[in-house]
Amino acid sequence: MRRVRTWLPGLLLVAPSIVAIGVFVYGMLGWNFQLAMTDKHDEVSEGEFVGLTNFIDIWDEARWHLSVQHAIVFTIAFVAGALVLGWFLAFLMEKGVRGEGTFRAIYLFPMAVSFVATGIVWRWLMNSGTGERAVGLNRLFDWLGLPQWQWFRDPDWGMAAMALPAIWQMSGYVMALFLAGFRGVPEELREAARVDSCTEWGVYRHVVLPLLRPVTLSALIILGHISLKVFDLIVAVSGKQIITDVPAVFMWVAVFDSHDPAKGATIASYIVLSVAVFVIPYLIWSVRKERRP
Amino acid sequence: MTAVAVAQRRRRAFSLAKLTILLAFVVIFLIPIYVLLVTSFKPLTEADPGQAWNLPQTWTVEAWRVAWEKLAPGLWNSVLLAVPGSILSCALGSMNGYVLSKWRFPGADVLFTLFLFGMFIPYQGVMIPLVQLLVGLNELTGMQGVWYGGIPGLVLAHVVYGIPISTLIFRNYYVTIPDELIEASRVDGAGMLRTYWSVVLPVSGPAIAVVIIWQFTSLWNDFLFAVFLTGPQSWPATVMLNNIAGAQATPYSQQMAAAILASIPTMVIYVLLGRFFMRGLMAGALKG
Repeated sequence: MRRVRTWLPGLLLVAPSIVAIGVFVYGMLGWNFQLAMTDKHDEVSEGEFVGLTNFIDIWDEARWHLSVQHAIVFTIAFVAGALVLGWFLAFLMEKGVRGEGTFRAIYLFPMAVSFVATGIVWRWLMNSGTGERAVGLNRLFDWLGLPQWQWFRDPDWGMAAMALPAIWQMSGYVMALFLAGFRGVPEELREAARVDSCTEWGVYRHVVLPLLRPVTLSALIILGHISLKVFDLIVAVSGKQIITDVPAVFMWVAVFDSHDPAKGATIASYIVLSVAVFVIPYLIWSVRKERRP
Repeated sequence: MTAVAVAQRRRRAFSLAKLTILLAFVVIFLIPIYVLLVTSFKPLTEADPGQAWNLPQTWTVEAWRVAWEKLAPGLWNSVLLAVPGSILSCALGSMNGYVLSKWRFPGADVLFTLFLFGMFIPYQGVMIPLVQLLVGLNELTGMQGVWYGGIPGLVLAHVVYGIPISTLIFRNYYVTIPDELIEASRVDGAGMLRTYWSVVLPVSGPAIAVVIIWQFTSLWNDFLFAVFLTGPQSWPATVMLNNIAGAQATPYSQQMAAAILASIPTMVIYVLLGRFFMRGLMAGALKG
């Protein structure tokens, strides 16, 4: 009884948040799934339970295929790009350079700005006009004697170009993560490896890189979940155009333009599932790891 | 030349190369900022593509004036959204973090993990029910356009979905407070709230700063919730900015000036309090 009295006040203090998370996160995820399993394809109908029909039928839609392909291309380009660039910048800075604080501040500042604001500049930079009508990067590339591109309007690689603003925005963050990771490697370990006549490259290969694995995993998870739900950036750069459609934009269109709640909920469920399959194991893993001393 | 001198020269060449590459990336990273600034000060007569990368021949703040006029209501809405939202998040996060680190109950770890998942869910997955709930709240309270279509509803959503990250930041910060301090306070007969008030809260400064900055930035920059939950009267700056930029008739100079205007508050915070901003970022990486 006395034990209960020691922890009960704590539980009471957290209770409002537990209720809020219970209702707004888990309750609504469930509600959304339930809605996705009905035939409520307009605002007024009641919606009969139809099981997984919507989840299967959506694969008959060309637009859905396109938006999934786009999301995959975007994710690969963005995650790889931000990871490599962030790692590279951290690698260059890890031993300390003059003006490190300034470099870090400049690489990181895009994160403080919204995708909507930066999307406006990038739409200008990645304007697909060529020749006389070229503005943005195409104009710059013309001066530099480089080829001009269709950027995000390219039917095959448009989504890879769309990843450029996202890489610009997020690689500073990855750099900061890796920099913290590099600095967390004890100097004695590197020293020991050097004494064992490891070359500098060997020290990296056998001592530093293995110790960076947890940081790399964190970065992967963060970038991946940002990427799969990307919305603001796409809307800001190209609006609702099919050429850059992704599931999150498709869902928005389904809800507001097609007025089809069941379809919107189905797409939303797919987005949640695509993130949950790797985030849930990661969360369980990291909480367990923390509990182990 | 001795081996030492060779090694030293090689090291110097290497660090020079590093510095050059880093500087090249600084230039690349700043290109969008250059474009924003330069374009925003151009008069309409210099809008042709041939001068796209040039500095303005005549500098004018005309675009800024028009952008300000168009964007001002949105900026004000964003203030009404981000200020109360971040303060409320901070209060909730602080209490949760305190309990989950210092006044734990059975199952606290499981609960914390369940909270954390809330940080990673794509908000699309809750958006349609959330709209329905807020519409219901409008009817229930008889306050049309307050919950759904209004700023209070948007604040509510942000505060609730901000609980995980705020709790995480405070919890990780409070873990560093020695248990002995809490114990001593308990022995003195202080209860949970009393201990919170007199021992924990006075040393919470850095965590409060991190959460306020983090939440302010994400509320200010949010587009997804705003686009689903607000109407023309309550559009925050991001939605208004997107509408301004989406209109074919808006010249680039105005779009860019509006983009800068909408970014000034978070940029100022970043420049002045970047240190705390960084810590928030690191907490996002789940590093305890």
